[in-house]
Amino acid sequence: MLQNTILKNNMPTTMSQHTLYDKVWDTHKVTTLATGQDQLFIGLHLIHEVTTPQAFSSLKESDSKVIFPHRTFATVDHIIPTASQARPYQDAQAEAMASALEKNVKEFGIRFFDISTAKQGIVHVIGPELGLTRPGMTIACGDSHTSTHGAFGSLAFGIGTSEVQMVLETQTLALKRLKVRRISVTGNLQKGVYAKDVILKIIQTLGVKGGIGYAYEFGGPVIDAMSMEERMTICNMSIEGGARIGYINPDETTYAYIQNREFAPKGPVFDQQKKYWESIKSDLNAVYDDTVVINGNDLTPMVTWGITPGQAIGVNDNIPSLDDFDKDDQSTVEHAYRYMGFTPKSPIKGTPINVAFIGSCTNSRISDLREAAKILKNKTIHPNVRALVVPGSQQVKRQAEAEGLHEIFKAAGADWREAGCSMCLAMNPDRLVGNEICASTSNRNFMGRQGSSTGRTILMSPAMVAAAAIEGCITDVREYL
Amino acid sequence: MTNLEIKHIAGASVPIQGNDIDTDRIIPARFLKEITFEHMGNYLFHDERMAPDGSQTDHPLNLPKFKGASIMIVGNNFGCGSSREHAAQAVLRYGIKAIIGESYSEIFSGNCKNIGIPTLIVTPIIQKALTKMALAFPDAPLHIDLETLTLTTSGNTYPISLPKEWQHAFLNGTWNATYTLKANIALIKQKDQELPY
Ligand code: SF4
Repeated sequence: MLQNTILKNNMPTTMSQHTLYDKVWDTHKVTTLATGQDQLFIGLHLIHEVTTPQAFSSLKESDSKVIFPHRTFATVDHIIPTASQARPYQDAQAEAMASALEKNVKEFGIRFFDISTAKQGIVHVIGPELGLTRPGMTIACGDSHTSTHGAFGSLAFGIGTSEVQMVLETQTLALKRLKVRRISVTGNLQKGVYAKDVILKIIQTLGVKGGIGYAYEFGGPVIDAMSMEERMTICNMSIEGGARIGYINPDETTYAYIQNREFAPKGPVFDQQKKYWESIKSDLNAVYDDTVVINGNDLTPMVTWGITPGQAIGVNDNIPSLDDFDKDDQSTVEHAYRYMGFTPKSPIKGTPINVAFIGSCTNSRISDLREAAKILKNKTIHPNVRALVVPGSQQVKRQAEAEGLHEIFKAAGADWREAGCSMCLAMNPDRLVGNEICASTSNRNFMGRQGSSTGRTILMSPAMVAAAAIEGCITDVREYL
Repeated sequence: MTNLEIKHIAGASVPIQGNDIDTDRIIPARFLKEITFEHMGNYLFHDERMAPDGSQTDHPLNLPKFKGASIMIVGNNFGCGSSREHAAQAVLRYGIKAIIGESYSEIFSGNCKNIGIPTLIVTPIIQKALTKMALAFPDAPLHIDLETLTLTTSGNTYPISLPKEWQHAFLNGTWNATYTLKANIALIKQKDQELPY
C-alpha cells in the first residue's frame, strides 16, 4: 500500500490530483462495508479519563480485548486539579475517574502518561510533544479537539465513547469520506496578530456550521510561515468551524519539529518515514470541493463578543447589530446579547474583565507562554483581575520554568499552575463564579462553558489576554508592542 | 439482531428552538464526572431547565404539555462542540427516540447513530411547520418511516433525509458498527502490518 502511494506520487504531478485527505484515507482503508461506509484503520488512538470509562466497562462486559494495545496512549487532563496534582483528589468523583483509568490501562496493557512520568498533560499537547503525532497517520481520540493533530498532516478527529470502544476492540471505525475545503491565508500577518486571530477570522467568515461535511485543508503563505505550535492552534479550532478534521500539509517545519522527539522514528527509519510523509502531501493541482482565500494582510487582533466562536470581531470594531446577520442566525445573536449583557453597536474594547485565563489545548504551549510573558514582563495585573497561567503539559511547565517565564507571571500577580485543561471546561476546581467575564485563550465561549451557568467568556490570543489582564479590560495588544 | 432494526418511530414531539445549541448546553461538563451513562437522562439541558436560584425555567422539557414526548425537533447545527457521547446518552436516556432538525454537528449525530437515535434532516420550511404544530398540538403524534424516509403527522406527509449508509444501518440493525467491524478481523490485522508506520 505504501509503495503504491509513493509510486503514484513519483509520477508527473499533472497526472495526480489527489489531496492529502484522499491519500491518507486510501492508505488506511480496510474495506467497504455493506452500508457503503469505509472501514478505516486508526493508526494512533489517544485516550483520556473522561470519555473512556464506559468504553472499557463494555469491553469487560463482553469479555473483549484491546486488539493493538501499543497503538493507544493515555493521559489524564480534564479532571485533574491544577493547584496541586497530589492524590487523592479532593473531589471524590474526580478521584474515582482517575482510578478507573489507572485500572483500565493496567488491565489492558495501555501506556499511560500519568503524573509520575513527568509527561502528563492535555492529550493534544502531549501527542505532538512526545513525537507520537506524525504526518500521514489516522488519529482518533474521544475529544473533539483531536483536530489539533492535523497540523502535522494527519487525519485526526474526535469520536464518541461508543467509537472509542470500537477503536479499542477493532482499531477501526465505519466512516464516510468528507469533502475537502482548501483555505488559503495569503499575505503577511501584522505585528500583534497571531494564529489565534487567523482561526477566529476564518470561523467568523465561514460560520460555525460552515465546515459541516468538510475537512479543512489550511495553506497559503501565512500558514507556511507558521511554527508547528501556531499550526496546532489553527487546526485545534477547525471543529469550532464545524469541520471535524483540519489539516496542514507537512513540510520541513513539520519534520524538524518531529526529529529527536521521544517516540519519533530515529536515524534511517526517520529518513524512510520522511519519504512516506512527503508522498502524502496534497498534489500541486489537487482537486478540492471548495476553495476559500483569506487575506492575511487585513487581519487584526480578534475577540469574541457572543456565545459561539463565530461571533467574533476585530478588537477595535463595534459589536455587530442584529441586521448584520441572516434571519436564521438572529435568534442566536439576540440570545448572545442577552447572555453577555452587551449592547449592539457598542465597542468591545474597554469591556472590564474579572478573570484572565491562559491555557487549554489551543494556547498552552511554550510559544504561547512566551508571547504572554513578553507582554506581562515588568507589568502588574489589574487588581480587579484574577489571572491563571496553566501550562499544557508537565514538559511545557518545566521548559517555561527553565526560561524563567513563571517568575514573570508570578511577579505580575498571576497564578502559575500545574498542567491540565483547567478553566477551559471547568471539570476541575478552576471555574468562573457568577457572571464573571473571562478573557480566555481557550476555544469555546459557549454559555456556562467555564463552570458557571452565567459565566461569560471572551476568546482571544495569549498576548491579548495578557494585555487585558494588565488593563483590567479588553484592550488592543498592539499598543503594548 | 432483528430486535435492533429501527424502521418506524412514533410519538409526540417537543421543539427545542434555536440554532447552534452546543453540547455544553445539552449536558454541562460537571455531569461528565460520572463513570457510567446511567443517570445522564436526568441532566439533559440541566442548566437551561434550572434557574440559578434553583427554580424551574419555562424550558420546553419542563412544560407538562411536552411530558412524554419522544421526538425532539431542533434547528441548525444542533449538538455542536464537544465529542462527549454523554450528550447523546442524555437524549436517549431522557426517552427521546429520534431527532428531527435542519443540521447537526457530525460528531454528535454520529454518537446518536451509534446508540440508535436517528438524527433526521428536514428543510427549514418543514422544520418551522413542525415546530409550530408541536407548540399548538403537543399531543399530535408523529410517525417516522425510515424505509420511505417520510414523516406523517395530522394527515400530512413530509420528506425527511438521512445519509443513506445510516438508513441502511438502522433498517438492518447495524447502527452500532462493532460487530460489522469485528467481522473483518483478518483484514484489520493485514492492514496493521501494511501500514507505513
Ligand atoms: S483544554 Fe479544553 S478543549 Fe482542550 S481537551 Fe481540555 S477541555 Fe477539551
